[in-house]
Amino acid sequence: MEQVVANGIYLGSQYAMIALGLTLIFALMNVLNFAHGQMYVIGGFVTYTFYGQFQMPFLLALLMSCLTLTVLGALIEKFLFGPVIRRSAREESTMLLAAGIAFLLDAIILLVFGEKQRGVPKIVDGVFNWDFRIIMPYDRILICALAILSIVAFITFMQFSRTGRALRALAQDRDAAQLMGVNVNRYSMIGFALGAMLAGLVGGLLVTITGVNLGMGGPTSIKAFLMVMIGGAGVISGAIVGGFILGMLEAVGLAVLSQYGDITYLVIFVALMIFLTIRPQGLMGKPWG
Amino acid sequence: MKRRNLFTTMAAALALATVPATAALADNPVLKIGFVGVTSGPAAAWGISNQRSMETRAAWLNEIGGYKIGDVTYDIEIVSFDDQKDPKRAIAGMEKMAQEGIHYVVGPNVDDGAAAVRPVAEANGIIYFPYAFPKALYTAPASNAVLGMVANYQSGPAIYKYLKEEKGVKTVAFIAANESDPLSQRDSGLVAAEALGLEAVSANVTYQVDTTDFTPVLTPVIRTRPDLLVLSGVTPANAPQLIRSARELGFQGLISTETAQDAQVLRESAGDLANGFISVGGASTPEIASDMMKEFVARYTEMFGEYNDESNTKVYALEYILATLAENPAAINDVEAFKQTMDTFEVPNPYMKGDAVMRYVGMSSFGQRRQVAVPLVVNVFQDGEFETLFVAEVD
Repeated sequence: MEQVVANGIYLGSQYAMIALGLTLIFALMNVLNFAHGQMYVIGGFVTYTFYGQFQMPFLLALLMSCLTLTVLGALIEKFLFGPVIRRSAREESTMLLAAGIAFLLDAIILLVFGEKQRGVPKIVDGVFNWDFRIIMPYDRILICALAILSIVAFITFMQFSRTGRALRALAQDRDAAQLMGVNVNRYSMIGFALGAMLAGLVGGLLVTITGVNLGMGGPTSIKAFLMVMIGGAGVISGAIVGGFILGMLEAVGLAVLSQYGDITYLVIFVALMIFLTIRPQGLMGKPWG
Repeated sequence: MKRRNLFTTMAAALALATVPATAALADNPVLKIGFVGVTSGPAAAWGISNQRSMETRAAWLNEIGGYKIGDVTYDIEIVSFDDQKDPKRAIAGMEKMAQEGIHYVVGPNVDDGAAAVRPVAEANGIIYFPYAFPKALYTAPASNAVLGMVANYQSGPAIYKYLKEEKGVKTVAFIAANESDPLSQRDSGLVAAEALGLEAVSANVTYQVDTTDFTPVLTPVIRTRPDLLVLSGVTPANAPQLIRSARELGFQGLISTETAQDAQVLRESAGDLANGFISVGGASTPEIASDMMKEFVARYTEMFGEYNDESNTKVYALEYILATLAENPAAINDVEAFKQTMDTFEVPNPYMKGDAVMRYVGMSSFGQRRQVAVPLVVNVFQDGEFETLFVAEVD
């Protein structure tokens, strides 16, 4: 049981980090970013390149992932999502654009980084073993701690910085924020870049544990959407709660249901459908949006 | 104006760049060989190693003047189609090959794709070389599919027998992705292991193919404390993660699979934790590779920047097609002639040292010669490289 809880916390911290960027972009721009998983993959490959290939310090490689995705996110918002949102009132326009960007990024990843699974040396050796009740490699513990630290830093930034307050105002009411002097275009770009940076950060962190390959983008996006649906779309705290709930459900399901085959996600999907029928706005979302 | 100039310059550069290639191809008639397989997604490494092996060999042959079949020398063109591991796409790919008049196709890479394209291939006179194991594809009345590698029901028993006799393995646990290929490989592996008297302590645990963290999945398997953990049908992307998680959970037994793996992927993603990992290797490990195989590896690396060990096996399909056509030029547009030639075809294997031959086998498994004869090479990963554990033959 202890192992299951430990696995759940570890998975939850990963998932919460993945969902944060997605829900931030949704909150700010009402955009379902289907390319979020691909951004995560690019973050992993950038860290792989700098840490695994060029043998630079891990933290520097992680910084490079964040920077790359920040720039990529800003460019995507400025030249793709921004103009489309201004020109089209139809929500499906941005959804189709996001899907197109996901395909494009997949193709670019294949061209630049190749088809193979990539991995990097462990950042910490050794395994924590508490009498075979909890077994957890130290690198997972470290990544879990870093993920939780990053979440706390992100919340602090959103809560107390001028930019964070502007972004929250934008998320709450775009028109009111504009009337209060918030430069909507500028902060939309900053928000999208921040969301992309979070994807890059978690990709860079997790490449040390899971490695990275070009096929990881789509499934990562799907899991991120699951978490956002559980927690409530566009709610930061909802994404965190959704991430931890999904991580715990997955850990418990894999432990309890393993003898019946791979039905964990089947059960999760059924439970989610029932849950959304009762509470379509998710745990922390508001019914009115 | 400036923009127009830029486009004009780019178009001119593109045109100039394509002229030599077109001119080189224009010297000889072109023989198109198809590839339908997975070149995107988590299993992309399987199909891309196929496609790149074919492209490398085709470029090599074209560079030295083409390939002579009868009195005609052909340039070889590879026509590729990414089926995305989707049977519907595989059918579309095979239909495209038929529309282009192609009679010889390599792929698909997985069971359901290979089964799905069978009617299209048979209706359009296409011989195809899948990397899929269902016996129905190769057993009469089916006759257009030729297995391009060693099947797990051929390699599995050999591996388990070796490990039972040499390493004292008594108990075995299987884990497989929840999709058709790995599950069928798990089932046939389970039958083979039990036939040898091994006790299967876990065989129900499966995982989603897009799983990235295997610790929760493996935890119940490792608790059964098997002597041998079999990763049935594992992809090169998942193998290092499974090995790493198993070792980190304290598993000290043997780990094996019946699929081909890539040493660099294991080295990068699992490091020393992959030491002792047993897999079915490519057919040309350093101990048995000929000079021609070494040149193939060098050319592949030069073309694509990095070699893939899976290509040790995947180099063969195109070679078999061309050599069989050279043996009977009438088969170039007549697959029935090709099938007749398969029964007697035998030429030296250029990729292996010694007196190895290329011939079609499969009488024991399929009752007809519908498998390429590549040696069954079982490798063990040690300190970043594959070492040959043992070599056997299949028929």
